[in-house]
Amino acid sequence: MKKAASSSYTSTTNACKLCKPLGACIAFRGIEGAVPFLHGSQGCATYMRRYVISHFREPIDIASSSLGEKHAVYGGGPNLKLGVKNVTKKYGAKLIGVATTCLTETIGDDVPFLLKEYKRDVEDLPPEEAPILVNVSTPSYSGTHMEGFHAAVRAVADQVATEAEKNASVNVFPGFMTPAEIRHLKEIFEDFSLDETILPDISDTLDAPVLEEYKKIPEGGTPIEEIRRMSGAMASIEIGRTVETRLSAGELLNGKFGVPAYKTGMPIGLRECDAFFELLEKISSYETPEKYAGERGRLVDSYIDAHKYIFNKRAIVYGEEDLVVGITSFLTEIGVRPVLCASGGQSGLLAGAIEEVTKGILPESPVVRHGVDFYDIAEEAEGLAPDIIIGHSKGYHLARRWNIPHVRVGFPIHDRFGGQRLLNIGYRGTQDLLDRVVNAFIEKKQEDSPVGYGYM
Amino acid sequence: MAIPIRDDENLEMNECSPDEIKKEILEKYPTKVARKRAKQIVINKVGEGCEVPEIQANVRTIPGIITQRGCTYAGCKGVVLGPTRDIVNITHGPVGCGFYSWLTRRNQTKPESPEAENFMTYCFTTDMQEEQIVFGGEKKLKQAIQEAYDTMKPKAIAIFSTCPVGLIGDDVHSVAREMKEKLGINVFGFSCEGYKGVSQSAGHHIANNGIFTHVVGLDDTVREGKFKVNLLGEYNIGGDAFLIEKLFEECGFTLISTFSGNSSIDKFANSHTADLNLIMCHRSINYVAEMMETKFGVPWMKVNFIGAEASAKSLRKMAKYFGDQELIDKVEEVIAREMPAVIAAQEEVRPRCEGKLAMIFVGGSRAHHYQELFREIGMDTISAGYEFAHRDDYEGRKVLPTVKVDADSRNIEELDVHPDPDRFRPRKTEEEMKRLQEEGVEFHDYDGMMPEMGDDKMIIDDINQYETDKMIEYYKPAIFCAGIKEKYAVQKSGVPMKQLHSYDYGGPYAAFQGAINFYHEVDRMVNSKVWKYIKAPWQESPELAAKYAWE
Ligand code: SF4
Ligand code: SF4
Repeated sequence: MKKAASSSYTSTTNACKLCKPLGACIAFRGIEGAVPFLHGSQGCATYMRRYVISHFREPIDIASSSLGEKHAVYGGGPNLKLGVKNVTKKYGAKLIGVATTCLTETIGDDVPFLLKEYKRDVEDLPPEEAPILVNVSTPSYSGTHMEGFHAAVRAVADQVATEAEKNASVNVFPGFMTPAEIRHLKEIFEDFSLDETILPDISDTLDAPVLEEYKKIPEGGTPIEEIRRMSGAMASIEIGRTVETRLSAGELLNGKFGVPAYKTGMPIGLRECDAFFELLEKISSYETPEKYAGERGRLVDSYIDAHKYIFNKRAIVYGEEDLVVGITSFLTEIGVRPVLCASGGQSGLLAGAIEEVTKGILPESPVVRHGVDFYDIAEEAEGLAPDIIIGHSKGYHLARRWNIPHVRVGFPIHDRFGGQRLLNIGYRGTQDLLDRVVNAFIEKKQEDSPVGYGYM
Repeated sequence: MAIPIRDDENLEMNECSPDEIKKEILEKYPTKVARKRAKQIVINKVGEGCEVPEIQANVRTIPGIITQRGCTYAGCKGVVLGPTRDIVNITHGPVGCGFYSWLTRRNQTKPESPEAENFMTYCFTTDMQEEQIVFGGEKKLKQAIQEAYDTMKPKAIAIFSTCPVGLIGDDVHSVAREMKEKLGINVFGFSCEGYKGVSQSAGHHIANNGIFTHVVGLDDTVREGKFKVNLLGEYNIGGDAFLIEKLFEECGFTLISTFSGNSSIDKFANSHTADLNLIMCHRSINYVAEMMETKFGVPWMKVNFIGAEASAKSLRKMAKYFGDQELIDKVEEVIAREMPAVIAAQEEVRPRCEGKLAMIFVGGSRAHHYQELFREIGMDTISAGYEFAHRDDYEGRKVLPTVKVDADSRNIEELDVHPDPDRFRPRKTEEEMKRLQEEGVEFHDYDGMMPEMGDDKMIIDDINQYETDKMIEYYKPAIFCAGIKEKYAVQKSGVPMKQLHSYDYGGPYAAFQGAINFYHEVDRMVNSKVWKYIKAPWQESPELAAKYAWE
C-alpha cells in the first residue's frame, strides 16, 4: 500500500485529512436516537469530540470502551460490552454505532462477534434496553475520515434495513454536507413532493436550537423506521462523484434489494445543480418548481456581474474529494482557473471526476493530487501563482504565507464563525458561495489599494 | 413555564443538601458504577489541622461513561512538549492522533526574532499505514526523522508513540538513538501510548522523565542574574506566561526556563542552573521539580499567579527565599503599583457578581487556582473537581505516603535519580531552609484544593456529562467552567460556560492585569441578558397558544 501516489515524502506534514472513525461518528450522529461509540482507548473519542464540537459549536457525545494496557493485551471484549450496556442505561440510545479504532484493529478484536454475543445476552430485554447495534470497521491506518463516513452509512443501510414493502420514498445519501445544506436538501425534496429518507441527517443533531433543558441525545436525525424501509424505496440517490463502489450504500441496497441507484455530483455550480434537478424531475415525474428557476436565473445573472472581479484568477482547492470536485466545477464556470485540486483522500476517483467537470471549458486541466498533505500542496503550488485558496481552516497558513484570500469551506472550520451553517449546494447555495468568493477578491483589492477606495 | 433568567431575583438555590444530591446522582447508576463513583464524589469537610475526607482519583474511567479525559499521548505531546517552539515533534502513529493535537491548545509563543525557529504551527506524523501495522513502523519513522531534519534542520526532534506503536512493538528509543548518532542532533522518544494510563496524567509523567533524561542539564552555562528561577507548569495559554515573565523582570527575578510555555529547548537544557523552581501546575510537572532537586539541589515551592492576592503572595514568597532587601522592596513596589487598578476593577464588578455561584471542572490545577479569582469578586465556587489529578492535588501532598499505587500507575517508570557528583549544589544551608520554613515559606509542598474550599462543597473527580447535567440542575450556577467538550452542552441548558483550558481563545488571566481581564469577562458572562431571549414572547405559554389554535 503506497501512502501518497503523488508525494515524494514518506511522512506527513500538516495533514489534509482526518482519521476514519471521526467520519463514522459524524455519520452516526445523524441518526435518530443514536450514540456513536468508539471501541478503543478513550483518547481517540476525546480528541474526536473536541474536534467535532469546535467545528459545529454543538455538543456531541462519543462513548468509548476506554481500553487500558491490560485490555490491549487480553482483548477489549468485556469493556466493549460493559460500555454498550452503560450507554444504553445512561443515554437510552435507540441505536449505538460502534466504530473501531487503530488500537482495536491492531489487536484484532472481532467486534461483530462480540456484539452478537452481547445481543444474545440481552435478547430477553425490552427494546428500550436493547438498542440496535451497528458496527463498522474504521482503522485509520487505511483510509480517511470520508471513508469512515461512507463506511458507517453503508453499515447502517446494511445492518438496519430489512426486507420491506415497496414504497414511494427515495433514499438520499448526501455525503458530508453541512446541517444547513441538509435542511436545503429537505426543502428541495419537499418541493418535488418526494418522500425522502436522508441518511445521515445532521440538520438538527449537529445544529440544534438553544434549549431550556439539555437533552443528552438531541432531537432529529434519520428516523430508524425509515432506515428499515430503505429496502423498499423507489430509488436511491448517492451524492458525490468520488464515492467508491465498495463504500456505496446506494449500490449495496441495489445489490441486496434491487433499489435503483443514481449517482450524482455534489450540486455546487450550475451544471452539477442542473444535473441534480434533472434527476429529481426524472425520479419524481414533476417539473422543477418555479422557485428554483428563479434562483437559477439570478445565479446566472450574478455570474455575469461577477466576471470582472474574478476572471482568470487562479485558485487552489483542497479538502474532501467530493467537495473539491463540486467547488472546482463551480470555479470553472465562473471564470476562475482552478490550478491545483488536492485532497488527503485516496478514493482514486478524484482525477477522473475533476476531468469530467472541467473538460471542454478550461484551456488546461488543473493539477490534481490525491493523498497529499499541506507540505505537498505548498510544494506543488510553487510556480502556480495562486490568487486564492478555497478549503477548510487547516490551509490558513498557506494563505497567510502567500498573502492571498482564503475562502473557508468543508471541515474543519475553527477559525471562522458559522461553519455548520455554510450553504454551498443548490442554486441558492452556489449563489452564496459566489458572493463569498467575489467579496474575498474585492476585499483583497481594497486592502491592497493605497488610495482606500470605498467604491469597488 | 419558567424562563431561565439568571438575574438575582430568579436565582433560587436548590434546597437539597449535598448529601441528598449525591445520593440522587448515584441512584441512577448501576450498583457497581455507583459504588465507584461514590468514592469520587466527596462532600468537603475541613478539619482543624486542614485534614479533609479522602477522595478517589486517578483511577480508570468506566467504559461507556463519557469522560472529559484524554489519553497519555495527549498529556505527553500536547500538554508538556507541545508549547516548546523549536523541537520538531513527530507523532509516530496513524494520522488522527497527530492531527487532533495540532495547535489546538492555544499556547502562545514568541520567537526571539522573526527568523528564529517556530515549529508549533506544524504537525508531523508518520501517518502509519497498514503496511507498518503488519511489518513494523521503524523504517518509516527513520525516514520521517530524516525528512524532518532535511527540511527543517532543527536542533532537536522528539518522537511520540500512539497506541498502535506499542502493540506492534516498534522500539522508538533505539530509532531515536540511531538517528541521534546519524544526524548529530538531539533525538529522543517517548513511549506515551494512549492506553498506558488512566488519563493525560500518565503522559505528563512520561514527558517529565524524558525531558529530564534527555535535555535538562545538557548546558552548564551560568547565565547573568542574581535571582534565578524556573517557572514550571505554566503553558502560556492566552499569553499568561508573557504577563508573568514581565512581572518577574520588573521585580528583578531572572527567568531561566519555563516548562513549557513560550519555551525553547536550550532553556530546558540550562534550567538546572536556576536557584529556585516555582510550580504552577503541580500535577503535570512536579516530577521534574523533584528530580531537579535530587540531582542538582534546586528546591521548589508552589506558587500561583492566578488571582491578584495569590500573585502578590507568590512574589513575596519568592523574594523572601532569596532574602535580598532590595528585591523585597522592589517586589513590594510592583505590587503597590498594580493593586489599585485591581481593586478598582473588583469594586466595579463586585455588586453585579457577589454571591453568585461558580463550578469548575478542569485539569490538574486550574480547578483550584481559579477559585481565587472568583473569590476576589465575591463569587463562590460551590463545586469543583479535576479531570486528571491525583489525590495529592485534592488533599495535599501530606497524603502521598498513603496513595495506593495501582497497576496503571506502576506502568509509568519512576526514574532512579541521584545527586550529580559534580553538579549537585544545595542552594541554601539546612539552617537557612529551616528558618525560612519557620517563617512560613514552604518547600516541596502543596496543600491541595480541598483544604481551601469550605465545608459542604461538592468535590467531583472525573465528572461526566450526566453528573454535569445534574449539578447544573440542582445548583443553577451562574457560570460553569470546563473545556470545549462540555461548553455547548452546558450552554444549551442556559448556563454561561467559560472554557478554562483554552480560555475561549481569550485571556491572559494571570497576574494582576490578567485578573482584571478575568473579572470583566466573568461580569460580562454572568450578567448577560441573552438567556432571557431563549423563548419568544409568543412561546411563553405554549398551552395557551395551542388551545387557541385548536379552538
Ligand atoms: S489511533 Fe487511529 S482512531 Fe485513534 S485518533 Fe489516532 S488515528 Fe484516529
Ligand atoms: S490512539 Fe491512543 S494515542 Fe492516539 S488518540 Fe487514541 S488513545 Fe491517544
